[in-house]
Amino acid sequence: MSEEAINVRGLKKIYKTGFFLKPITALEGISFSVKSNEIYGFLGPNGAGKTTTIKILNSIVFPTEGEVELFGEKLGGVKNKYRIGYLPEQPYFYEYLSAEEFLSFCGNLFGLKKRDIQEKIEKLLPLVGLAKARKLQLRKFSKGMMQRIGIAQALINDPDLVILDEPMSGLDPIGRMEIRELIRNLKGKGKTVFFSSHIISDVELLADRVCILDRGTKIAEGNIEELIGNMAIKYYEINVKDLEDSGPLAKELGQALIGHYQRGSLQVMRIYPEDAINGAIDTIRSHGGMITGIIPVRVNLEELFMKKIAERFQ
Amino acid sequence: MKVRTIAVNTFKETIRDRILYSLLVFAIIMIGLSYFLAELSLGDFERVVINFGLSCVHIFGVLISVFIGITLVSKEVEKRTIYAIVSKPVSRIEFLMGKFFGLSITLLVTNIAMTVGLLLTAYVQSGNMNTTILFVSGMIYLELMLLTAVAILFSSFTTPTLSAIFTLSVFFIGHLSPGLKYFGEKSKSMVAKYFSLGLYYILPNLENFNFKNTAVYGVSIKGVSLVFIFFYFLSYLALILLISNWLFSRRDFK
Repeated sequence: MSEEAINVRGLKKIYKTGFFLKPITALEGISFSVKSNEIYGFLGPNGAGKTTTIKILNSIVFPTEGEVELFGEKLGGVKNKYRIGYLPEQPYFYEYLSAEEFLSFCGNLFGLKKRDIQEKIEKLLPLVGLAKARKLQLRKFSKGMMQRIGIAQALINDPDLVILDEPMSGLDPIGRMEIRELIRNLKGKGKTVFFSSHIISDVELLADRVCILDRGTKIAEGNIEELIGNMAIKYYEINVKDLEDSGPLAKELGQALIGHYQRGSLQVMRIYPEDAINGAIDTIRSHGGMITGIIPVRVNLEELFMKKIAERFQ
Repeated sequence: MKVRTIAVNTFKETIRDRILYSLLVFAIIMIGLSYFLAELSLGDFERVVINFGLSCVHIFGVLISVFIGITLVSKEVEKRTIYAIVSKPVSRIEFLMGKFFGLSITLLVTNIAMTVGLLLTAYVQSGNMNTTILFVSGMIYLELMLLTAVAILFSSFTTPTLSAIFTLSVFFIGHLSPGLKYFGEKSKSMVAKYFSLGLYYILPNLENFNFKNTAVYGVSIKGVSLVFIFFYFLSYLALILLISNWLFSRRDFK
């Protein structure tokens, strides 16, 4: 049986703000669990409670109600922190330290030996693409570089559980791809990765399971296939070339054609339902069109996300 | 180990603080000026230099400990650098102790710099090396450590501005302690009596660390009273750090 890396039950957080300690509910009793060695995506719009949950997991804020267990041990004390690496959202570190000094500082906080810290630094700086910036003070780092050094410090203790709050934030497309690859490699090494994001495509590409939050409440949890109903197909896109005039063809396809558009030299015909495909292929060929591809277009996480959020608003 | 790591980092942080340099440079200039101030007096030139110089070491030390001490914790929270620390296996008391010892090292360095400046000024003025200055300066340092702990205590739950006001109030009331006790004992109003005595017993008696008269007028010191002062210092310091930890351990970093 695989060990549960995170187990959260009925987690509630009420912040008291201002002079009169006005209560603001950030989490309304959420529950979820993350298995060992899985990539778990935490998805939600701004203000959903993602960062609050992550801060509770890292003892930065304390829960008002509910229970949190990390590797089977209740939160509190410092023991289970040895197994965790954490990247804060929009990380900001001591700007007067160089990348190397900062990682050394973090290693010391884990009680690592000097030699082990040095070995880790040698591995981590190239891994996050900062090998040439090792002597550079953090004050001279760009936002993307700060994100990378944040990921490096989260890995300094070779953690079993890596908690990343918006890890792709501030990164360019290449940087995001590199971080995705890094997260997959961590899973390959047997680590558990828990990450929050509002970039749905990143979650869809990476996560084994997803939890969707909105205004402090969990609105969905499961693996992506389960969540979007066995990857329900919205329609099929048939790519056609050598079609002189699409007008008569469109008329003949009738209701099966739910839309069509031009993409370069191709005509893209959207056909639905599935049993209309064969008829559509015959019709297209009879009009002299050459079919270069038939692509099933599935419901994606983004649509599911928008639908769930819209349901809540209603 | 973790306390030492945080302390060293705090030292690196505070030693870069512009407030520190401004105050230190100003303090050394003022100590140097005591040489000329003595020239204006009618006699006892050495006493004037030592009295004025030790006051400078004291006042500028207080300003450094208060104005850097109050930002030690708040800056970490405001800039969110604390997230990367408390998420690691570091307890909140280790964090506070690290911050405290870090600033204490900075205060030691600045205290030594100012004391050396004063010793040199006094030597140039009188031709004597008055080593009692070292002892008095050491006692000032103990007071500054206590005041730093008070600044950290206030900054663990309130804003830097309020922390500065509260810490400076503790400093002033702490030096009025003997007067408060006297007033409390002599007062006929019960409210004034208990209020004065309450303040006297709750707030640190900083006059315990004032040995300027020893250096200036050669007043002798009893060994027993030094043991008492050192014990008082350690107990009060431990108490303040424990209260700070109690408050800080319950705090959310939003």
